[in-house]
Amino acid sequence: MRRAFVVATAVAVAIVGASIGAAAPVARSVVLVTHDSFAISKSTKAAFETQSGLKLRILQNGDAGAALNRALLTAGRPEGDVFFGVDNNLLSRALGGKLFDAYTPAALTQVERAYDLDLSHHLVPIDHGAICLVYDRAWFAAHKLRPPYTFEDLLRPGYAKLTVVENPATSTPGLAFMLATIAHFGSGKAPWTYWSRIKRDVLVTNGWDEAYNAQFSGSSSHKGKRPIVVSYSSDPAAEVYFAGKPRTQAPVAVVRNTCFGQVELAGILRGAKNPDGARKLVDFLLSQRFQAGIPLTMFVYPVRGRTPLPAVFMRFSPPMSSPLTLSPATIGANRDAWISEWTDTVLR
Amino acid sequence: MLLKHKATGTLGRAALVAIPVAFLGLFFVYPLATIFRRGLGGSFPTDVLFDRGTLHIVWFTIWQATASTALTLAAGLPLAWATARVAFRGRGLVRALVVVPFVLPTVVVATAFLALLPESMQRGVVPILLAHVFFNVAVVVRVVGGYWARLDPSLWDAAATLGASPSRRFRELTLPALRPALAAASALTFLFCFTSFGVIVILGGPRFATLEVDIYDLATQTFDLRAAAALSLLQLAAVGAIVAVSSSLEARAGARLPLAVEQLAARRARDWERPALVATLAVAAVGFGLPLAALIERSFATANGAGLAFYRALGRDTPSLLVAPWRAVEYSLAYAAAATGIALVVGALAAAAFASQRGSRWLDTAVMLPLGASAVMLGYGFVIAFDTSPLDFRDAVWIVPVVQALVAAPFVVRILTPAMRGIDPRLREAAAVLGAPPARVRREIDLPLVLRPLGVAAGLAFAIALGEFGATVFLARSDRPTLPVAIFRFLERPGATNQGTAAALCVVLMAVTVLAVGIADRLTSRRGAF
Amino acid sequence: MLQVEEIRVAFDGAPALDGAAVEAETGETLSVLGPSGCGKTTLLRVIAGLQAPDSGRIVLDRDDLASIPVHQRGIGLMFQDNALFPHRDVAGNIAFGLRMNGLPHHEIAQRVRELLDLVGLPGAEKRAVQTLSGGEQQRVALARALAPKPRVLLLDEPLGSLDGPLRERLLSDLRELFAALQLTVVYVTHDAGEAFALGHAVAVMRAGKVVQKATSDELWRQPADDWVARFLGMRNIRENGDRCTVIPPEAVEITPGVGAVVVSTERRGAVVWLRVRLENGDELDSITTATNHPRAGDRVTVKVDETATIAVARWPG
Repeated sequence: MRRAFVVATAVAVAIVGASIGAAAPVARSVVLVTHDSFAISKSTKAAFETQSGLKLRILQNGDAGAALNRALLTAGRPEGDVFFGVDNNLLSRALGGKLFDAYTPAALTQVERAYDLDLSHHLVPIDHGAICLVYDRAWFAAHKLRPPYTFEDLLRPGYAKLTVVENPATSTPGLAFMLATIAHFGSGKAPWTYWSRIKRDVLVTNGWDEAYNAQFSGSSSHKGKRPIVVSYSSDPAAEVYFAGKPRTQAPVAVVRNTCFGQVELAGILRGAKNPDGARKLVDFLLSQRFQAGIPLTMFVYPVRGRTPLPAVFMRFSPPMSSPLTLSPATIGANRDAWISEWTDTVLR
Repeated sequence: MLLKHKATGTLGRAALVAIPVAFLGLFFVYPLATIFRRGLGGSFPTDVLFDRGTLHIVWFTIWQATASTALTLAAGLPLAWATARVAFRGRGLVRALVVVPFVLPTVVVATAFLALLPESMQRGVVPILLAHVFFNVAVVVRVVGGYWARLDPSLWDAAATLGASPSRRFRELTLPALRPALAAASALTFLFCFTSFGVIVILGGPRFATLEVDIYDLATQTFDLRAAAALSLLQLAAVGAIVAVSSSLEARAGARLPLAVEQLAARRARDWERPALVATLAVAAVGFGLPLAALIERSFATANGAGLAFYRALGRDTPSLLVAPWRAVEYSLAYAAAATGIALVVGALAAAAFASQRGSRWLDTAVMLPLGASAVMLGYGFVIAFDTSPLDFRDAVWIVPVVQALVAAPFVVRILTPAMRGIDPRLREAAAVLGAPPARVRREIDLPLVLRPLGVAAGLAFAIALGEFGATVFLARSDRPTLPVAIFRFLERPGATNQGTAAALCVVLMAVTVLAVGIADRLTSRRGAF
Repeated sequence: MLQVEEIRVAFDGAPALDGAAVEAETGETLSVLGPSGCGKTTLLRVIAGLQAPDSGRIVLDRDDLASIPVHQRGIGLMFQDNALFPHRDVAGNIAFGLRMNGLPHHEIAQRVRELLDLVGLPGAEKRAVQTLSGGEQQRVALARALAPKPRVLLLDEPLGSLDGPLRERLLSDLRELFAALQLTVVYVTHDAGEAFALGHAVAVMRAGKVVQKATSDELWRQPADDWVARFLGMRNIRENGDRCTVIPPEAVEITPGVGAVVVSTERRGAVVWLRVRLENGDELDSITTATNHPRAGDRVTVKVDETATIAVARWPG
């Protein structure tokens, strides 16, 4: 029996040794840490790899909030080289966490000023979009109810238990929508009065996927029962694109008065093992090739000027001209207090 | 020379105490102190503690722990009765199987209930309570059943001859007699449910959070260090209070009845007991079997019928991790082996110090504290305390085994201390007189005599480390994930493939855990009877 | 020769040994006799090296043992309740000290066999110690203590837990064994009968001191004081001032008559003990071998042979 112990110990030691030995990467690679919504086509990925001579490894650490939070906990000892997916709502937190090294890619000159939110260039913009209330056209037609036009419409009779929202503590669309109500109602008591009046009529989920694919009636999965959801302004284009057949009208529509602007940024993680490759990757994220692929892989809009948009976007989801916004500084100063106010108002 | 001999003895004993004390100081006190220092900075967090949201969470934490405990007692007592008082074929097997859920990782059990319940019931109070009952029935069966089995049956015979009906005997004899065991089992169950994390973070959904889960949310999502520190303080105080109340309850639970040899107490079921026995065993089989069966079924249920697709996916690269998922098996085993080693060394030294020294109760408390300080608190403390050079250990390979060892060590101490105290000091003296130097005495006398409890402790520590989630989730990195962390990463991501992969990983983790505990049990029980 | 010189040990300030001093000649069996709590077990532990003395010396064949740790002293100790190793069989227990001495494997087996023969348990090598009876355990413990050929063997009330006939038999076995082995033995007991049966010399201990060391005959003839006399079982003791007179029961002659009354009679083997009460209320023991002795309640005349009485000091304690 003593021998059994010795054998067991030896095996354990061997495994530990093997794991440590195996951890060293064989080929030169660059690691992109991002959220679950990041997408890149195989050919675009291959283009980067050929052009840079680096293998691109992608780590998707949950939704945008979770991925950033995880990066913050490993600040200085990052799990990769580049982080993509900080949005304007979380910008101040990311910069405050000393997560990034500054880098100004040459292509930044091609980007519209309005998107360049961090003038120190620890983070550079990659894409933009908007979060809005999205509704199921067919449902409203079938129930002979007027589709919503404003935030206040949710309070009208007949709108009880129709809406799905995401938890702003755990989901970026949820956070953006909460900020939209603040941008609309003002920063006093008014947004919370609004939320306390709709709290019984909204279903709260932890993430966008459950809200859109499991609870919303308008998604192509047709699983959900509720016809209004907090989602992306590009949803009409996405639904048409995925339906795979030509349509004159998208199955879902956007409540334009409720849209909150979102810019997504990327940066080089402080302590990156391959800072050189990281710079190449950021350059690539702003290259024409990657920017042109953004609409049909991630369903948001490129920040690089004069990047052509696909026809389905032009027709069903043209870029939003002036969505609601709050400055990153205002968001940074109040976000946590607003989230806990929201949590106390809606969940408790 | 004798003086020198004495001096080395004292030195040796000092080293014995110094190692666990240094370990706890660096890896327990320092991280926790860092949370409180940075989070509270000397001001008492009255605002957080009396916040409406906090009160709501405290209320839910207590409420769900109370309900879970009551349900666990209700579910566990019939099974305790069956395994303790009735002789039937396969009783030993039933007793062994009952312990399996208890050693299963929380992530596995939560995933099993996700697989079992319809989508509308997957998040909320019902699955939380069910999962807690599933875990803790083992505690009731083992603690109450173990005690019940040794109650002298002649008392019940005496009561019967004095004219007491069966129900009267249960009310007036059985219940009062079982009170100490009931108190102990309830306290333990309550404590486990109060500090529950993996189950609630997976099954709770957005509306249901315990203190432990809220600390996790505050630490990883809102980054509210002050609130996280305040709630940690609250959690520490609450757990301390629970432990204090439960030990005084157990002490006051009343006079103990004469205990008989176990075999005497169990007898064949009487006619009226037979249906109760069958029903109890059937309910237990369904209750334990169904979630696990659902989990296994889910792991094979691919889009095109039953198949191995999710298992094959374990070998492929995934964006959820920087390595193929199956590598988590390897890291889990390696980490758990190292954690077991550390927990055994620290735990055995601490146990030896308790066993040999009078008046080292402060050390006793110190080692037991990690039990009360939650795993989430520890993991969070590690991340913020060890984030600056030269103490930046966040990507050190050994940090995960260390935090797992910290979680497992109190259990090791709990098992080894009585075993070591039980060694007759004259055996050591006899060995010394026969020519054995002190080190040899330890090897020839102490070690063989604690080998069996040591094996039990090793098995438990290994199972705890394998399933550890609350602390490891902060520290396991994407290129070196453990199984529970990998499972959680897949569960968090939408889509049937991710959910199926999580289920397959759960089945693997379950198999690894049961195998490990089984081997430890085998290794240690083959030893002669003493 | 084993010399115990002025040993003092105190536990939390309370003295357990208070200047204990005694000597045992080589090959001699010294019985240490005393009531419980007198420090006799502590004395054994000091000699064995399990307890460091606060002051005083243990000298064995002119070597001061102070610098020698317990495992190098070569002193055998048999514990009160044997302290057999539960995780080893009989042979494993006996072989333990031999292994510590680095004896080769085959010699160990040989020696274990010899020792089992010696203590009367041939062939018991593979038995588990839990399966042994009390007497068998005693024998294994003895064999274990004897195995490494200690220079001195210490025994701490080894027969304490055994019952009558078994105890008698082991007692005589031990006596023969010690005589045959020519071993220096220190035998601690609270039982005067055992002490006299085994010891060439008996050291009487009281409150951490050796108050008297003598042969058994000398002890009976001249106890150091009235406490020793009482401890040996003498009950006819008259006190006068700081002196006492011990009257041996055989010096008390009883005849039918007046002046005293028989309180009780008790036969112990060949002799009968009679207890009588004198007119002044004093009670005296007497022994007789007669079978037609007076009965309880009989009136008798008591005559004491004053030449046979022993004058002893009075212990003030």
